[in-house]
This record gives sequence, C-alpha cells and structure tokens, in this order.
Amino acid sequence: MSDFFEVFGLERRLAIDVAALQRRFYELSRRWHPDFHQAAAPAEQARALEESARVNAAYRALRDPLARVEYLIRLEEGRATREGAVVNPKAPPALLAEMFEIQEALEARGDSLDDGTRATLTVQRDALRARMAEAEAQIAGPLSRAWDAAAAADRPAALAALKDALATRAYLRTVIDDLANALGEGTEETHVANRRD
Amino acid sequence: MSRIVGIDLGTTNSLVAYVDERTGLPVVIPDRDGRRLLPSIVGFTPDGVLVGEAARRQLARRPADTVYSVKRLMGRGWEDVKDELRYFPFRVLPGEGVVRLAVGGREVTPPEVSAIVLRTLKERAETHFGEPVEKAVVTVPAYFNDSQRQATKDAGRIAGLDVVRIVNEPTAASLAYGLHRLGQGVIAVYDLGGGTFDISILRVKDGIFEVLATNGDTHLGGDDFDRVLMLWLLEDVQARHHRELDRDCVELARDGEAMQELRLAAEAAKIRLSTEIERLLEPLVSRTLGPCRQALADAGLTPSDIDQVVLVGGSTRVPLVRRRVQELFGKAPHSQLNPDEVVALGAAVQAQILAGGIKDMLLLDVTPLSLGIETLGGIVSILIPRNTTIPTSAREMFTTSVDGQTVVDMHVVQGERELARDNRSLARFELRGIDPMPAGMPKIEVTFLIDANGILQVQAREQRTGKAASIEVKPTYGLSDADVERMVEESFAYAEADVEARLLIEVRNEADTVLTHVERAFRQAGALLGAEERKAIEAAVAALRRARAGDDRDAIRERTSELNHATEHLAEMMMEAALKGALDTKRADEIMGRGSSREQ
Repeated sequence: MSDFFEVFGLERRLAIDVAALQRRFYELSRRWHPDFHQAAAPAEQARALEESARVNAAYRALRDPLARVEYLIRLEEGRATREGAVVNPKAPPALLAEMFEIQEALEARGDSLDDGTRATLTVQRDALRARMAEAEAQIAGPLSRAWDAAAAADRPAALAALKDALATRAYLRTVIDDLANALGEGTEETHVANRRD
Repeated sequence: MSRIVGIDLGTTNSLVAYVDERTGLPVVIPDRDGRRLLPSIVGFTPDGVLVGEAARRQLARRPADTVYSVKRLMGRGWEDVKDELRYFPFRVLPGEGVVRLAVGGREVTPPEVSAIVLRTLKERAETHFGEPVEKAVVTVPAYFNDSQRQATKDAGRIAGLDVVRIVNEPTAASLAYGLHRLGQGVIAVYDLGGGTFDISILRVKDGIFEVLATNGDTHLGGDDFDRVLMLWLLEDVQARHHRELDRDCVELARDGEAMQELRLAAEAAKIRLSTEIERLLEPLVSRTLGPCRQALADAGLTPSDIDQVVLVGGSTRVPLVRRRVQELFGKAPHSQLNPDEVVALGAAVQAQILAGGIKDMLLLDVTPLSLGIETLGGIVSILIPRNTTIPTSAREMFTTSVDGQTVVDMHVVQGERELARDNRSLARFELRGIDPMPAGMPKIEVTFLIDANGILQVQAREQRTGKAASIEVKPTYGLSDADVERMVEESFAYAEADVEARLLIEVRNEADTVLTHVERAFRQAGALLGAEERKAIEAAVAALRRARAGDDRDAIRERTSELNHATEHLAEMMMEAALKGALDTKRADEIMGRGSSREQ
C-alpha cells in the first residue's frame, strides 16, 4: 500500500508546500468522495469509501508540520498502525531543576492558590509556553530541513534529533496543561484529543 | 437516479425541500394549506395519530398523549434524560437501552415518533410531485453522536424512507448560503435550534466546503429558553396570588394541562422580549460561547480569522443571541435566509449533489467527537480524534489474553474524557470464532470506519489466515435490526388505521370550517337573502351536521360540498361587502396619513 506522501504524489520530505497540498487534497476529494459515487456499483462504492478515508488520513498527517514529523518517524520505523505514542514525554536535562520546583509547588498547593503562588505559576507557565513554541519552531524549521538534506547514512541521526525534540515538546505540553489546570484555566473536561503527545 | 428530497427533522418544526430543476434553487414544499413548517408534534388519540398543527392544537387538551421535542430523546437512555422528564407531560418508561414512551395506550420509541413526522413529510412531497418519494437526505445536529445519528436513520427506515445521507445542520446551512454565493473564506455557522446548539467553522474555497472544526451541546436550545421563562412566570403567579407553589413545579407538572398552557405562554413571551427576559436568558446564551471558543481553538483560529458569521435556527431571532455572537466574532452575523428554512434548503442541495445534479460543490465534514476503545483500567485509547474529516478509518490490532480464548470483547465509546465511563458508550463488539491458540498468538486487525454520515462501521480480520472474523454488535442505546424490522411492519399496520382516522378528522375539520363561516355570514347577511334561499341553506347546514356526527367520510364530504353550493350567492355578497369595506378602510387610513399595508 502506498504511504501518505505517495497518496499526494510527493517524495518523502518534510518540506511541503501546504497550499499545493491543499489543492491536491481538494482534487483527490473530488475524485473519491462517496458523494460522487452514490449511483455506482457496491464494489466501486466501497473502493471510493476506502480511498476517500485514506486521502483524508493522509491530509491530516501531512498538513501540520509536527504531525508530519510524527508520521515520518512511524514510517521510518516501519510502524503501520497508529498504535502507541511515537515518543514518550522526556524532561530536557537543562530544565530539570526548574521542573522539580514547579511540580513541588503544584503538589503543595492544596485546594486553593494564594495570589503570590498564582502570580509565580502564571509567569512560569508563560515562560514554558514560549519555550514550547521555540521547540516547535526548531522541529518544523532547522531539524526538519536537516533530515531533508541528510545523506542516507546520516538520516538515523537526523531522525533521532527530531524524536528528542518531540519528546521535550511533549513534556512541556504536559507541564503546561498541569499548570493551566492548577490555575483553573482548564475546561471542565480534559480534551484528550487536543494533546499532540 | 430516483428523486432525493432534503428533510430537516427539527426539535420544534420539520420541513421538506428539493432543488427545482429549472431554477437550480432549493425550495420548501408546503402542505395543501400552504404551510411550510410541520410542527414536530405527534398526538396519539383513540381515533388515530395526529401530526403537526392538529397535534399541536390538542397539546393543551391531551398533554399525556401528545409528544413534542422527541429529538431530545433520540439515541438516548432513560438515565440520560431522567432529570428533564418532569418537564415532559408524556410518560417515559424507566429501563435499559433505548428510551420508551407510554402514550395513547401504546409503547413507542423516539425513532417511531420521528418516523411519523418523516412519513408526513414524505407524503407531502409525494402529493407535490405526484409520484412516490423513497430517498431522503436528513439533517442532524453536528454534535449528534453515533447513537443519535443511527436513531435518525432508523426513523427514516420505519417511515419507508431510505436515508441516503445524514448531514450536519450547520454544514447544510452553509451549502444553502454557498449557493447564494456568499463568497469564499472562513465561515462560522452558529446554529441554535429548538433543542440543540451547534457551532461549525468552515473554509469555503472553489466549491469545496471543508469543515475545520465543530462543537456544540445537544441539550441546549429554545426549549430551555421556554423552560426558564416558564419557571419565571410560575414565580410571578405565586407572587400575585400569594399561593404556595413548589418551585420545582412538581404540582403543576402533574397538572399537564396547565403546564402546557404555561409553556405556550412562555414561548409567546420569549418572542416579545424585554430586559427582564434577557437577564433570565443570559446564562443560557453564555453557555453557547464556550463551544464557540473550543471550535476556534480546534481549528487553530482566532475570532479575527473568521470572515463571515451565519445564524441558523429559530432561537437566533432572540436579539441577545445576536448581540453575543457579534461580540464574540467582532462582526455582524448574516441571517438573510430564513433561519427556520435554511437547513432544509441545504439538505435539498446535498440531495441534489448525491443525485448527480450538482457537480461543482462538495461538503467535507468532520466527526464531532473522538472515537476510542476502553483499555485496561477503564482508560480510553483514542482511535479517531474529534474534528477528523470523514470518511475516515483507523486500524487496531487485538489479541487474546488467555490460552485457548476464542472470543475478544471491545467496548467502543465516543467523547473527550479520559475514562471510558465518563464518555458515551456506543456499543460492545464481540469478535468470535478465533481459533484456540496460546495467549497473544492470534492477531486480529480491526478496522473502525466512520462513513460520510458520521456513523461507525467495524470490520475485523484474522491477520494470519486473512479470514474475516465475525462481529456481534450490541448497541448500548440503539435498536437492533430485528427491532427496526418489526417497527417497519407495525408502522404499516398503524399507518393504514392512521390514514383512515386522519382522513376522517380532516373532512370533519373541513366541515367545521365551512359551518363556522356559513353561520357567521348568515348572521351578518342572512336578512338580505330571499326566504327560499334561506330555507335551502338551513336545510344544507342541518344535513351536514347530521353527516358530521357519523363516520362516513364520503357523506361528510358530499354534504360539505352541497352546503358550499347552497351558499355560493351568499359568499359572493359577503365578498363584495368585504372588498367595499377594505376600500373604505384604506381611504380612511390614507386620510389619516397611515400606511394601511404596513404591519403594526
């Protein structure tokens, strides 16, 4: 079966022209969407349904730079299904001390936060958000370009760098979510699907 | 390809529409009296089933046997709805699985009640076209889960309609607006109906309507507005009469008749808005803003990215709703198309796309809720995240945990919570016929596919042998195929009896209308008639009264037509007098400097 890059007639590269991808997605949708095969024979209808589901999955995996990296890692590691996470959240060594501090503050807070703690946590959360944005920019920018440019022999190293950066980002995301919850900013329900980790 | 109609099966009103081949535009099909909306109300009487306006009229008289807002009960269990049951005057039976109502001496499920509404619309379309109509696109709130969608499809089947597509209401509305060339860009559709709220964010480009995110609340709508106002009116009554009234209106709730009077009064009061009413509605309107923000976040957008806002649903007529929406998105919302009709018009457009009549438009919708399976410890493992474009599929490997195990269970849920028990249970699947092997050896690949209707299909295959595994589905809140088959058969039996009863009621109503008119005319102008003519009319009135007391439809119809004939001259005289009167009034109005044609 063709991979998601091949669905769009693309090479296996992380640099993608998103506007062109969208145009191609619309073209393929017009080709395969079940709406246009309503009067067809059952076998053809089933094919349209399958192809259209595949086009949608491919577009979802490739349109977002981070999802694209996650998909590439799966593909390179030969994992066909989306079973299990691509990476496990991992604290960046440089931030360990700071993270412990935050975790401690969170655990000690009890039910209500005093204004001082609240202000400190807010500052920390904003700093972590900035750091996460930075990590995302690294993944989508230089690290992705490095994988695209790497010779075959250097690709495993480039892939490992991407995985590391994704693990850091996933960790930051978890801490930010915990902080937001502690600050009472989380919605009443946890949106599992929102998490990219 | 045979004809496909578009149906908006609403909480309060339902409509049927189609695309006129000559103009290429969607139009609503009215009933014989020119009414476009069919109240989604079904009355169960000893004489048969009443639908729409006729059922609405008996609501206050026979509250226990008249079902309204049944859409709120579709695809739900007793546990889900027990808190609001005290507001419904009809009886809902406690029990497992699908909700059951006890009305008019029989037991019915919500899909069967909806089927009665659908059948009425089907007949309306058949009368219009003069040929059978067997296929329909039916709309549902975007935030409807799998069970609610399936229940809607079942309702169609019971009504003898092949529901070729379930379409989300806000996206249907966007199709109707799209046809009017509202333009390209990012559109937010805010849909507040009688019982449900939806927000959908779409990108419209080159004829493709791509839904980016959707959110909502399937239990928030005009009905809740009415309820808040009803409680307020109750308090008012209490204050005026210094009477002890239970705030939870348990006492009044038992008095179904009074409750219905009150509900209708509340509905009327809502339309005549005041500041006091806005204060009461504010918390409900605010509840719609959270889903709007979540949908924006899921689409990766901010309010300023939205190019246009479209309002759908009768409840968006409330000025407070318009103000809040405008504040949130920072731009004035569109509401050029009638908010009561726009969804049906959009359904007709989608029907025309499916029939091959429109080739340049395509709707790419999403699944509103994440789909997952329960894993060890009751944690949900998400297979298909919410806002994934449909159709979509996910594959998952399953194996056995005990040596020689031949059956594997799966519990499929829908929702955003981490624990299975906090989400919506869709169904339990049993994979059977696995060859006995050591634990962990069998590899069963299960494909979860959400089709273009937003409805789940599951297939399983043993990987080593490539053999399809058999799956038994136990829907948590759905009807089994056998249930639906039985209901289809029953509906035919009832339908025949129902049609007889309805036709009798209709001719009686017609007779009543004629009698009322004739009697009034006779009082006003009888003195101007000759003795001969007066006697003839009196005889015809007496004959019709006698016929009306019986069950013979043809006799009633003949006597009605004879009375009509006998009063032709009288009617002409009345018409002349009315015309003359209207002219006189107009002249008076002009003299006084008022426009006579303007309302109010």
